[in-house]
Amino acid sequence: MNIFHRGLLAPLDKNNVDTDQIIPKQFLTSISREGFDKALFYDWRYLENGQPNPEFVLNYPRYQGASVLLTRNNFGCGSSREHAPWALKQYGFKVILAGSFADIFFTNCINNQILVITLPDNTLEQLFSLNKSEQNIQITVDLENQLLTSKQFADIHFDIRPDIKQRLLSGLDFIGVTEKFSDKIARFEQQLASARPWQ
Amino acid sequence: MAQTLYDKIWQTHKIAAINKEIDLLYIDRHLIHEVTSPQAFAGLREAGRTVHRPDKTFATMDHNVSTKSRSLEAASEVSRKQLEALKKNCDEFGVLLYDLSSVNQGIVHVMGPEQGMTLPGTTIVCGDSHTSTHGAFGALAHGIGTSEVEHVLATQTLQQKKAKNLKIQIDGELKPWVTAKDVILAVIGRLGTAGGTGYVAEFCGSTIEALSMEARMTLCNMSIEMGAKAGLIAPDQKTFTYLEGRSFAPKGEDWNKAMTYWKTLTSDKDAKFDLVVQLKSDEILQPQITWGTSPEQVIGIDEKVPDPDAEKDPIRADAIRRALTYMGLQPGQSIAGVKVDTVFIGSCTNSRIEDLRAVAHLVKNKQVANGVEALIVPGSGKVKKQAEEEGLADIFKAAGFEWREPGCSMCLAMNDDRLEAGKRCASTSNRNFEGRQGRGGRTHLVSPVMAAAAAIHGHFVDIRGEV
Repeated sequence: MNIFHRGLLAPLDKNNVDTDQIIPKQFLTSISREGFDKALFYDWRYLENGQPNPEFVLNYPRYQGASVLLTRNNFGCGSSREHAPWALKQYGFKVILAGSFADIFFTNCINNQILVITLPDNTLEQLFSLNKSEQNIQITVDLENQLLTSKQFADIHFDIRPDIKQRLLSGLDFIGVTEKFSDKIARFEQQLASARPWQ
Repeated sequence: MAQTLYDKIWQTHKIAAINKEIDLLYIDRHLIHEVTSPQAFAGLREAGRTVHRPDKTFATMDHNVSTKSRSLEAASEVSRKQLEALKKNCDEFGVLLYDLSSVNQGIVHVMGPEQGMTLPGTTIVCGDSHTSTHGAFGALAHGIGTSEVEHVLATQTLQQKKAKNLKIQIDGELKPWVTAKDVILAVIGRLGTAGGTGYVAEFCGSTIEALSMEARMTLCNMSIEMGAKAGLIAPDQKTFTYLEGRSFAPKGEDWNKAMTYWKTLTSDKDAKFDLVVQLKSDEILQPQITWGTSPEQVIGIDEKVPDPDAEKDPIRADAIRRALTYMGLQPGQSIAGVKVDTVFIGSCTNSRIEDLRAVAHLVKNKQVANGVEALIVPGSGKVKKQAEEEGLADIFKAAGFEWREPGCSMCLAMNDDRLEAGKRCASTSNRNFEGRQGRGGRTHLVSPVMAAAAAIHGHFVDIRGEV
């Protein structure tokens, strides 16, 4: 069993959570990749006076230290800002379970070694309702066998594209992978320059 | 085998298969701006890499810049640092930058097309989701994250999984005062914000053919708002006419060769699409306006705000309830007549010369209503100059609009143009998410003429009764 991650589940029971909510614009002026943990869900997480909003789910005492996020459909829609996965990861989320993800956000997560798992509606429903009744759900993610396991529910199998699985397991530098094709890129550029020089 | 336009562009840019799922695609144009590039340049430096093709990389300043003055620090101190970082990176790696001293500076998706950088059959990426705008020219164009920006800088390629083909065919003549903005809002309302996820959407049909290039850009710009990877429109004579003579468009013999090639860039007659959506222009009878906090929460101007109790799906009902509370609206309320505090005309969706001409036509010899803050932010220095030469700026100023310097401005409020909490804005931008234009701000997405009419009346009006 290859354990990709083990941690506490936190629910965010909403559809269409956009990247403006995940990290509001005022935090995009940084030129660093670091320091975004406090910015995560800022407008929901903090009141106007800067104090934590006790009504926001991630501020509930029971979800402190959560590292697996459970949410609904079209998570990460909107802006392409990679600051969104940076903020999620730096806050502590290593795995996101959702009904669906927006395309650019999905890719950005993979490029930051965040495992994004798409689950069918009935499985999502099961996890949301279990979470309401149980105090804490500790979840183990076995990426190699594509299983979510926990003491609180029977094993859940999940689908993942083989190339993404490989990428997350090996942590490959994707620029390094492309650089192995540098001869082919050079040849392509030569052909392009003669066939369609305006491009 | 018959191919779609998307298939053709994919095929001509495929360098190799990385694995069963992923191809390596060549990128013809890489557009960059200050917000999503600094970490990518830093990554390059750390890895000892360089910019592979600075000649195919183009930069401008847009998200952060002040629209009140042309100085780097005018928006804020942190903005200045980010803008300076872009300048330093472009200088070091030999990338062309249109900074605040250039008349060509502007919103990256306004600047690219007007410089002729955006060409049919090319691949264009930028660290910005509204890169889909460039699809209006028959280019495969989409937003990417910062890790991918670094990948493109280093290799001029991108690892991509091919998306599915979606055809959106719209036929018929649009009614007066119904614009490309209304068309795309209506399409998003029908398909939902995730309806296009996993697809590249090609727009076609007589309605699309009749649109100007500016209008086509508005349409493709918001295809990301239905989740589509990219929007595409096959190039035609309008596209070629728009491009001819622009700075980066091909010249002389290359122009003739390019034209011959560009004319092949259409979906084959029997090309297979994974999904086809057909609309008649009669189904978009009236100007559209968003009432909620997602672009799919949209209605016609003479319709009423929905009632969550009438929604069967509890999660959707809850989303409606939450949106109504945030927006300060009541179920069943007419949207026409709702008062506005602010009017923002600008953004990569609607800040081009045609948008400004339409607004000027409507507000000439009229006055912005008392208590309404109305600003017009041109998309680029060139749009600004042209609007001033045509006398549009004088009309705006006489009517009481603020006439600003080019930039993204209040579309996302990264600079100092911000919608205050609780204030209601008629905006020609593309996103009405919570807090998008400023924390607690209430955004209604509309066309430029609808925004202009709201500025004059102080509330939303059905513009069809105006003239």
